[in-house]
Amino acid sequence: MSTGGVMTVAVWRGGPEGSAFQEFRVPGQKSQTVLDVVIWIQQYRDPTLSYRFACRVGMCGSCAMTVNGVPRWTCRTHVKRVAKTGRIEIAPLRSLPVIKDLAVDMDPFFEKWVAAEGRFHPQRTRDQPVRETKPQTRRRRQADAAIECINCAVCYAACDTVAASPDYLGPAALNRAWSLLNDDKDSGTEAILAAAGAKGGCHSCHAMGSCTRFCPNELDPMASIAGLKRASIAAALKRKG
Amino acid sequence: MIRPHRRHPLWFAYLLHRVSGSALALFLPIHFWMLSLALNDREALDDFLAWSDRGLVKAAEFGLVFLLAVHLFGGLRLLALEWLPWSGPQKTLAAAAVGLSLLVSGIFFLQAV
Repeated sequence: MSTGGVMTVAVWRGGPEGSAFQEFRVPGQKSQTVLDVVIWIQQYRDPTLSYRFACRVGMCGSCAMTVNGVPRWTCRTHVKRVAKTGRIEIAPLRSLPVIKDLAVDMDPFFEKWVAAEGRFHPQRTRDQPVRETKPQTRRRRQADAAIECINCAVCYAACDTVAASPDYLGPAALNRAWSLLNDDKDSGTEAILAAAGAKGGCHSCHAMGSCTRFCPNELDPMASIAGLKRASIAAALKRKG
Repeated sequence: MIRPHRRHPLWFAYLLHRVSGSALALFLPIHFWMLSLALNDREALDDFLAWSDRGLVKAAEFGLVFLLAVHLFGGLRLLALEWLPWSGPQKTLAAAAVGLSLLVSGIFFLQAV
């Protein structure tokens, strides 16, 4: 249902060799999301517009973009929340190389997950029974609090430390490492602590809190990184002692 | 202009901590040099103390006490965040650090004037 209003939408166009905002006039709809706006432009105004999305329900983490200067998951961001002046500016995520228009290269983001040991380190083979997990233990609750990350890179784009230090692993990778460190089924404790304590690891975080402020799933990567700092220092003291 | 992704309390707390730390790093050598005058040059110290009795200087001292207090309380917040197994309501704690600092520097100012 159209609401009758028309908004001005400035969309970042181009790739690494040159780019600029291009304006479109887009009709307002009821319950319209920012992703709906991008899809409308691509379907009705310019089929060459490049962007990325999949699930449209906030599960896949692929549609994150910079909306009016703030990183957001566009499929769950309603236009009425961000278009208060009747204008929306949509750009690709910060701190990641732009492939074209609104699509960024996520490789550096996921390479840092690997560098942070953000992969599962199994203890048992498929032929052994699954290890029992007690949900009420402190460690399990800490693992669960950090586990619902959808890899959208909103925290990564929000972080000024990532923007200033290309080596910094970033909040998402470190949050994942913290979740695994607290998982009794994971056997990578030493590898995770070595990665977290290395240059570009958790000790590079300045606790600006933008990751926690903008995480669409309301996770707290800043607290996860603080946990990693404690665990990393405790492990270093244990080695010395 | 502060970019939109930085407009939230904890980023302002981060900025305040860095600015107050830098200002104190510049202030402290001057402060210690001034204290050394008590041993080396009494007349110069008396001149300085007379000069510092002006209202404008006292207002600047209020700013210094505020920066010192906000760096102390903000630093305690960061130490608690990073060393205690508890993350706490960080926005509230940052606001409390600013409030306490205003209280401390305000009391100092009222006593000074």
